Amino acid sequence: MTAHRLSPEHDPTERIDAEHVSIIVDGEQLTGSSGSTIAGVLLENGRDSWRTTSRDRRPRGIFCGIGVCYDCILTVGDERDVRACQRRACDGDVVALQNEARPSEEGEAS
Amino acid sequence: MTIVVIGAGPAGLAAARSALRAGADVTLLDSSDQLGGQFWRHLPDAAHAAKQRVLHHGWSTFEALASEVTQHPSCTLVQNAQVWLIEQRDDGAPRVHAHVGPVDSVGRTALTLEPEALILATGAHDRTLPFPGWTLPGVYTAGAAQALAKSERIALGSRAIVAGAGPFLLPVAQSLALTGARVLGVYEATTTAALMRGWGAKPWQLGAAVGKMPELAGYVAGHVRHGIPYFTGRAVIEAHGTDRVEAATVARVDASWSPIAGTETTIETDAVCVSHGFTPRLELAIAAGCSITAERFVEVDVRQQTSIRGVYAAGELTGIAGADAALAEGSIAGHFAARGPRSAEISRAARARDRFVSFGDRLDAVHAPRPGWTSWLRDDTTVCRCEEVTSGELASIQSQTASCGLRSLKLSTRAGLGICQGRICGRSVEELLGGTFADGVATDRRPIVSPVRIGDLANASVELPTEETSHQKKH
Repeated sequence: MTAHRLSPEHDPTERIDAEHVSIIVDGEQLTGSSGSTIAGVLLENGRDSWRTTSRDRRPRGIFCGIGVCYDCILTVGDERDVRACQRRACDGDVVALQNEARPSEEGEAS
Repeated sequence: MTIVVIGAGPAGLAAARSALRAGADVTLLDSSDQLGGQFWRHLPDAAHAAKQRVLHHGWSTFEALASEVTQHPSCTLVQNAQVWLIEQRDDGAPRVHAHVGPVDSVGRTALTLEPEALILATGAHDRTLPFPGWTLPGVYTAGAAQALAKSERIALGSRAIVAGAGPFLLPVAQSLALTGARVLGVYEATTTAALMRGWGAKPWQLGAAVGKMPELAGYVAGHVRHGIPYFTGRAVIEAHGTDRVEAATVARVDASWSPIAGTETTIETDAVCVSHGFTPRLELAIAAGCSITAERFVEVDVRQQTSIRGVYAAGELTGIAGADAALAEGSIAGHFAARGPRSAEISRAARARDRFVSFGDRLDAVHAPRPGWTSWLRDDTTVCRCEEVTSGELASIQSQTASCGLRSLKLSTRAGLGICQGRICGRSVEELLGGTFADGVATDRRPIVSPVRIGDLANASVELPTEETSHQKKH
């Protein structure tokens, strides 16, 4: 079990999740609650990492959650390097994950 | 009188309100699409939450501030506004350049403002010290746990650990519990003896802390209710896992935060939420030319005016002292920026500020990171998360190059050159490299305040800062 969204019936804020938002992430459709950030939709769907670092090829997801660390960046439509924790998910957003390796330097093993 | 306020958290909202009350025209800029900053970060309207207040302190204060500011005819609110450059001017407050539109999107609207006075209320972000395994998914800043809980009702784990230093750990644990997580423990690195010495000394100076007692009592009650154990003199010194965190090692630490051998315990966890205090977001103040104190906060006078005439600063920028201090400082800054007359209300705010600021000084003295944290690192521990620079690489490049300037060290190690611009690792890197540099450069100096797309830069009709125009005072 990793990150999860508290169900409305257990939520002391008495929120109502009436509306939903649907996004496509690397070809897969994910549904989240309206008003969520893209990171929120990913986390709500049990994903806690969505990027591979370019040098060490390690998984990364959210870290600071407030738009400072840029660990959670992904591509929305044709916009690269969008902070998933800051960008609200819009219905129909097409998201691509950023997993590129760093171009290897001459003489360096790739 | 035209005033620009940057940041719509407690300090910025209070500043906007008192400037409006004093008769100024105010433009309030914020990078988010919701008011409240991090402190009052909250659910979107779509959630229709009737009782948001259960997750917040001073929610009614926020509601009153937000409604007065947004409904005021002399207030222009610009949300989703990312300030990316501040230009100093000879004949007035600095010129402010922002991009307005969806976060990090292409082709946002360029906005340039030339106010008569500028109020900076940009707040602070978590400082998290590095430790082996801290780059694993499932290790978060405590601020992330708080933000996701408050604004998305997402608990970042089911079996969470909260660790680091300072009273902020308490509301974070509370938020996690209120979001359905089991909090296995709160681990405060400051030792019991240091806490007693720090908080027990000179109790007559603790007027502000007394004001904070109900809040503290609320957290204690919450911890009891949710069965959250609280430990002092303990730190998370390692996170374990392959593709995500599965366990963490917690050890007792001495007064310098060095782990005490033989006290390590390993705890199964799926969320390690760690913060060792806060770093003020200084880049706008530095770009505006404001003097920075030795403790690395913005220097202000009794009116919250910085060393630059017409530029004011309020909130965590001037010292980490919490939302009450931010509200008081914001009120004062807005009032004097708008050239308001002497008033009893502002005198009261000044007295409150002075109490809370001494509380903030105490916080820093008690909970500031101690040098022993560097002993948590191994040679292969990542220090700069963006560029994946390890502790061993930092040390070996420093000794090979014999560089004593931070700029040359950054260029040769790549630490702090990544997309976060050294916001996460900067202070840790500085400390690991010895802390004082021949070139007088500091990580906080970021002439281009936020990443800008080349296309947007090409369309900008501004004179970009050069070495001469953005010279920073040594500190």
